[in-house]
Amino acid sequence: MSLLEIRGLSKRFGPITAVDNVSFKVDQGEVLGFLGPNGAGKSTTMKMIAGFISPSAGGVSVLGEDVAEAPLKTKAAIGYLPEGAPTYPDMTPRGFLEFVADARGLKGPERKARIDYAVEHVDIGHVLDQSIDTLSKGYKRRVGLAQAILHDPPVLILDEPTDGLDPNQKHEVRELIRRMAPGKAIVISTHILEEVEAVCTRAIVIARGRLLAEGHPVEGGWQLGEHFAEPGRLDAVFRAITMGAPSSAQEAA
Amino acid sequence: MQGTGAVFKREFQGYFATPVAYVFICIFLFCTGIFTFYVGNFFARGQADLKAFFTFHPWLYLFLIPAISMRLWAEERKSGTIELLMSLPVSLAGVVLGKFLAAWLFTGVALVLTFPMWITVAYLGDPDHGVILAGYIGSFFMAGGYLAIGACMSALTRNQVIAFVLSVVVCFLFTVSGAPIVLDFFAGWAPQILVEAIASFSFLRHFNAITEGVIDLRDVVFFVSLIALWLFANAIAVEMRKAG
Repeated sequence: MSLLEIRGLSKRFGPITAVDNVSFKVDQGEVLGFLGPNGAGKSTTMKMIAGFISPSAGGVSVLGEDVAEAPLKTKAAIGYLPEGAPTYPDMTPRGFLEFVADARGLKGPERKARIDYAVEHVDIGHVLDQSIDTLSKGYKRRVGLAQAILHDPPVLILDEPTDGLDPNQKHEVRELIRRMAPGKAIVISTHILEEVEAVCTRAIVIARGRLLAEGHPVEGGWQLGEHFAEPGRLDAVFRAITMGAPSSAQEAA
Repeated sequence: MQGTGAVFKREFQGYFATPVAYVFICIFLFCTGIFTFYVGNFFARGQADLKAFFTFHPWLYLFLIPAISMRLWAEERKSGTIELLMSLPVSLAGVVLGKFLAAWLFTGVALVLTFPMWITVAYLGDPDHGVILAGYIGSFFMAGGYLAIGACMSALTRNQVIAFVLSVVVCFLFTVSGAPIVLDFFAGWAPQILVEAIASFSFLRHFNAITEGVIDLRDVVFFVSLIALWLFANAIAVEMRKAG
């Protein structure tokens, strides 16, 4: 059984189809790169997986449970980093993580152990009692990540986890994802293609809400749909796939 | 309910982590003092009661409560933290309730801090303490009513200024719905029963009834059901506006 399964997922906002019949599965140990240009529907898909918005059609199962039918169960099994890694600026990272732990129902020694684990993994021990407002962008992102891995979830959904970070910070976040990968099913959205080569075991490309190609590393590079890309040349393939995509908005008109 | 405790704790501590709590409490105490002694003529009345104090509570709440409630949901929507919050394993009802209870307890703290008034009147004369206690209870329930309206308005927008203005307007309508300013509008054409129904929504009417010293179950039920209704609307507003 796949830890995460998306079946025919669609989301319409009025006349606009943001996500159009997208299906994929993610198994344990996989890091799925969710690629697409800005506005392709990546974040909308992730919001539906996280149970924040409900799909217009199709469904999401996490550990075999349907997100629409058992939202509290699936939310408990998911660690989610929303786009932009929102946190409460007035709180300290410690207060913030304690709040998330409380909301996730962690108690006593386990609560403390989980917070320590998350703090250590994203290396924010020395800023724990500083208000989040005063932290740099990199540290804010780490606090957001700490919140996502706090309860050691089997499924991790990370929306642009390295967006806006400097190269060293990007490297650290990727290391973190690699370290956690074996026991989990991880989905990361990105439009940075070097990231795919660095951490992903598989990738899917969407544009204008539609799933256009699926890919994986092969001998000497990446196979993405019908295209083969040598190391570092994913960009060209990505452009070929996404620029030639038919527009679902045009079809609807 | 799932998440009520965690949200309540975070929200309540949040008031004191920022200057919000201290500014609000100072202004509230300052205003109650001014109104009681200068506008309400506490001394000139020559009576050992807190009527001059309680009379102005609806008008103070009208502006101060929306200032508390405007950020409840608008801020979460603006900063995107609502997405984080609602993807935690918490129920929407639990979060709505947690936020409301934290804000309500906070106004309760501000209200309790007006105790020097009670001491003053007890020192100067021999007041009916039962009536004063009833006044405090009535004021607390009324604050809850204003808060529930404000929380719902805050869930309708991501702009705190709009949330504030909407809250003041709706709270004003509920405050004066028993007064000619509202009733005259309906009296000409609406059936008498509707006019009566509108008049019975008046916060002033129910609050004044309680401050007379009689805690009628009907007045308490009025405020509790009003709170429940607005919180229900609050939950619907959050659900509907989540995607936007």
